[in-house]
Amino acid sequence: MPNKTFFWFFLPTGLAMILFIGLPIISTGIQSFYAQHDQVVKEVKKCDPFGCTVSIVVDNETTSKIREAKPLGKFNGFGTYTDRNHLAVEEIKKFWNETESFGAFVDQVNNLPFYKALIFTLTYCLFVTPNVLLLGFIIALSLNAVARKIRGPLIFGTILPMIVTPLVGSLVLFWMIDSQGIIGANIQNLMNDPYLSLKSSKTLTWITIIIYGIWHHSPFAFVVFYAALQTVPQEPIEAAIIDGASRFQRIKHIVLPHIYPVVTFVALISLMDNFRVFEPIIGFSAEGSAQSLSWLIYDNLVNEEVILFGSAAATSMMTIIGIAILLAPVLIRTWKEFKTAR
Amino acid sequence: MDYGLDTKSTRLKTFNTIFIITWLLIACFPFIWTFWGSFKVRADFFSRSDWWYAISAFNTLIETGGKFTINAYTQAWTEGEFWKASKNTIIVTVFVVSISLFLGTLGAYALSRSTEKYAFWILMAALIFRAMPHITLVSGYLFPFFELQIWGILPTTIVVLVAINQPFTLWLLYSFFKTVPKELDESALIDGCSYFQAFRHIIMPVMWPGVITAGLFSLMLAYNDFTVTALLLNQENHTMVPKIQSYLGTNQHEGNLMWAVSAVVSATAPLFMLVMFFQRQVISGLTAGAVKG
Repeated sequence: MPNKTFFWFFLPTGLAMILFIGLPIISTGIQSFYAQHDQVVKEVKKCDPFGCTVSIVVDNETTSKIREAKPLGKFNGFGTYTDRNHLAVEEIKKFWNETESFGAFVDQVNNLPFYKALIFTLTYCLFVTPNVLLLGFIIALSLNAVARKIRGPLIFGTILPMIVTPLVGSLVLFWMIDSQGIIGANIQNLMNDPYLSLKSSKTLTWITIIIYGIWHHSPFAFVVFYAALQTVPQEPIEAAIIDGASRFQRIKHIVLPHIYPVVTFVALISLMDNFRVFEPIIGFSAEGSAQSLSWLIYDNLVNEEVILFGSAAATSMMTIIGIAILLAPVLIRTWKEFKTAR
Repeated sequence: MDYGLDTKSTRLKTFNTIFIITWLLIACFPFIWTFWGSFKVRADFFSRSDWWYAISAFNTLIETGGKFTINAYTQAWTEGEFWKASKNTIIVTVFVVSISLFLGTLGAYALSRSTEKYAFWILMAALIFRAMPHITLVSGYLFPFFELQIWGILPTTIVVLVAINQPFTLWLLYSFFKTVPKELDESALIDGCSYFQAFRHIIMPVMWPGVITAGLFSLMLAYNDFTVTALLLNQENHTMVPKIQSYLGTNQHEGNLMWAVSAVVSATAPLFMLVMFFQRQVISGLTAGAVKG
């Protein structure tokens, strides 16, 4: 296809992506170097028959004037990145010098909002991704063994958790697991502890959100693995059966190597999706004990007094860097393949 | 896959059946339970005293005189203004699907027929764009949109959702167009068609299966989106998912949980029906990029 024709065909979609994905990333980058204006204060002298007092009040007029003149805020350089709510460089140094053991240091760092969110996000990725792969694969194997006639409805039932939006999915589970719901109430009875509830324990909340993640993402892994299983050649399997290979050996030595590229694909996609975990935290109303990077950005953006653009942008940039680190191996591999293919 | 030589022991078969039934229960029961509970009153579905009330409908019987009630639905749709939210969702979904299919088919066709190096780099860039968390993009939008005074209205959200959706649509349709033989449009070009004419008269008639799959995914993205719609739309223009969240209530004001329950059911039912109808397309779309490796 000649370059000119390509250009006109690609222009609309290219323009949409540059304007609404490329530019916003740049805009986020710029915003992250600015912080919202401080409120201008002035001293007001009040005199009454008992004497004069000086009080400090917010000068609303001047404040709003400055805000109008420079809506982006004041230039802050890397200030937002290093402050207490983000990388907290000074606090970390202080903790490092003051705490005696490494455990105490980690405890202290764990109280800083950014690190707290980072740790939750990574824990979530670490537990959900492998389990999703495993469960998805087992379901695919298992469904592949049932009679063809009833597979259709079974597949429909299996993919339900995936097609609802994460907010709805987590709400539906939350209403059951909550202390007033069917599962929560029964667990209370079983444990004989009327105060046991999701909100009371941080560990329980984390476990619930991770279970939700596995529940929500497994169907995707299932669908891809199931389709891949249909392409596994029959001859080697039959040969292996004749040679006396057990079921497990057949899966390990024939099926798994065949679908290996698909496994990496699913792992990559689910890692990318898990890294942006956000809606379940709202659905489970777990803000108190579990915060993710995406949730921090959301929280800054819905701030009631003044929207913290700078703070949200700085967290966003660091999330993008995180994504870049996750994607790097894949991109490098693809580039190498592309180079050798040429 | 039927193994000709493979014979399964009965024990394995039983185990397999038990496993599938357990999994299906885990996957489907929450939805069935929510559907059941949406016809009860709050004191039953979120019972403080006994969860069995949700089944025996103890309070529903006292409050409404019947075992089932549709009060939650009627109130959410009228008082809760869920009708407005669903109207907005329909507008957003219809526009997002049609615009992103229009842009996506043109772009993906060009990518699939280009032999230049930049086509590869564009696809890679699209992959990176696909990985961007939506909330980071939203934090980039908010400030410029406030300044330009285009925040809060439906057209802005539609354009944003179309753009966010493009990378995935491009990849899906690209792998689909790759399977359409090149000779088809090349012969048309030799006969004197322009590229656009070849696209219009030769490719369009055969591209429907791929377009339906891509359309379904655009639809699910637009219909299900929370991040973009919650932050870029004002209260008045909220679509269904942010509306459901607003029913949950905050620390400041108490929400109406039963409205949320019935709204969840109302929002999910059409989606389930659609997927039941187009199950084959959904699955072929999910695997399109994957199986080829």
